[in-house]
Amino acid sequence: MTETAPAPAGAAAAPVVLAADHVTKQFRVAGGKLTAVDDVSVEFREGQVLAVVGESGSGKSTLARMLLRLLPVTSGAVLYRGRDITRIKGADLRRYWHDVQAVFQDPFASFNQFFTVGHMLRRSLQTADLGGETAEQRIERCLGYVGLKPEDAVYKYPHQLSGGQRQRVMITRALLVDPKVLVADEATSMLDASLRVSVLNVLQDLRRDLGLTVLFITHDIGQACYFADQVVVMEHGQVVEHGPTDDVIFNPQHSYTKRLLADVPNLKGSLKSQRLG
Amino acid sequence: MSEKILMRATNVTAVYAGEEGADVPAVDNVTLEVPEGEILGLAGESGCGKSTLGNALAMIANPPLYVLGGQMEIDGQSIGLTTLGKSANARHRPYRGQVVSMLPQGAMNAISPTLRIRRLVCDVVHAHHKDMPRSEILDRASDRLDMLGMPKRVLDQYAHQLSGGMKQRMVTVISTLLDPHLLIADEPTSALDVSSQKQLIEMLLAMVEAKIMRGVIFITHDLPVLSMVTDRLAIMYAGKIVETGRTEDLVHQARHPYTSALLAAVLDPTEATRTKHVLGIPGAPPNLGHPPTGCRFHPRCAFVKPRCSAAEPAFRDEDGHLVACWWAEANPGVTVPVEVNLA
Repeated sequence: MTETAPAPAGAAAAPVVLAADHVTKQFRVAGGKLTAVDDVSVEFREGQVLAVVGESGSGKSTLARMLLRLLPVTSGAVLYRGRDITRIKGADLRRYWHDVQAVFQDPFASFNQFFTVGHMLRRSLQTADLGGETAEQRIERCLGYVGLKPEDAVYKYPHQLSGGQRQRVMITRALLVDPKVLVADEATSMLDASLRVSVLNVLQDLRRDLGLTVLFITHDIGQACYFADQVVVMEHGQVVEHGPTDDVIFNPQHSYTKRLLADVPNLKGSLKSQRLG
Repeated sequence: MSEKILMRATNVTAVYAGEEGADVPAVDNVTLEVPEGEILGLAGESGCGKSTLGNALAMIANPPLYVLGGQMEIDGQSIGLTTLGKSANARHRPYRGQVVSMLPQGAMNAISPTLRIRRLVCDVVHAHHKDMPRSEILDRASDRLDMLGMPKRVLDQYAHQLSGGMKQRMVTVISTLLDPHLLIADEPTSALDVSSQKQLIEMLLAMVEAKIMRGVIFITHDLPVLSMVTDRLAIMYAGKIVETGRTEDLVHQARHPYTSALLAAVLDPTEATRTKHVLGIPGAPPNLGHPPTGCRFHPRCAFVKPRCSAAEPAFRDEDGHLVACWWAEANPGVTVPVEVNLA
């Protein structure tokens, strides 16, 4: 990839920010090896939302952890702006972690109950380059992106926030260090439907306003349908289908994608009457 | 319709005790019915009191949760639900598991990691029938598994050898081994992916068809799941039921603005989802310690009028479809326009 000016969000020609290149992960288990991610190659283009969908155990979270450099690869390479990051260390790695941030599933587990939200956010800023802002200004700006005011969050303890607010605070924490890529691993799975939509709207706004690249990992193909540009379908550690959202969801080619779509519950009618009828 | 009612709970009120009398009423004077052989869905946002209501009905409320009042009639028996008074626990014990069985949230994590599944099966049955021989219990369990098309080898396995979906189906089977009249399932599908969800739902339907239990209350915020599995829905907001009726009526002709907002937030993989922009419900659910006056939904409602904050709407019965809303009162028979929830 050449270092050209970033193309507008959504354009197919946007440069590749992050890529997995023939990445494989094997875990040693009793009685042999388990291949959790099997020769996966995907590209994430700047300013796009890419959803990785698949059922539990399909390897989607393992892939995310390798992209985040939280887990070493068994073979293959993870390329950030064309550079392999699987072996970087020290200051290089810290810089990578500034650029690629994550939000995880459980907003309850990520907090220390004894500290205020403001305390936690200020700690996250210790390694950040503030570029002329004060810590308070940066926190206020980032809370603004997710629709929170400082008085809603900074002086509160985690137990005083609702699930949706906690998850938005976690997104704020990730944004503080000015990331280029946000990895959301089942970030909305524990929220109820109306809060889920509001968090998805926040991610959509961030993509539009900050040009953030979002990697959205979910088992819910409906959420991918709501706001992803590209969808990757994983089964047993392999990518079985990959393409623009409209193609993958409305014209699925692989039998696994078709089954996944068929299993999604909908509002159309009851299984009970289908069974009796 | 002259349906036989399996369970009728009236005037259930449950509070979380706070400091110096600052009690938080999480369930406020709720009345609920489950007809014989039907599945009732109980839906609402996190913190609306739906799990608390489930705990009150299952008679498993523990301090700081106190059930202050409520009467349950089930199968000809009348049970006082209140947990006040010293004898409440002893009074409720015989009903638990046999009359009303609870499948709590995260039940699948309750399987001991160091014991085989069959030990849990025996423990559950022994808690009620002290002298039943193990062989008889295990025969019964494997017959049940056979009937539901599940592998019998599971009984000899450990929790870590099972997938999340299989664990959840196993605890469902175990919690109904004593053939309870009513099963209360709290978020049984929420931790599962769609394929495991579907398997669990199909198993539950098979169990109701086989009359293993005579009624189910299915608690979740996931309306698509409820729409597939339930006969009736009750929508709860801030400790009160705001709308209840047959599932297809609620889903297609929502009469309460809150129900409509919940339905609009459903993201299914369709062309409509691809293009719509859902606003989400503005604001946050109220502090139940100080609920809003009048209709509790009025601070977040798109149709709010002065009278909504002045007085609480009563239930309006439209052919079995009950709704408590001033807008619905003024617009009889009109479905809430879904556009108010979209940008």
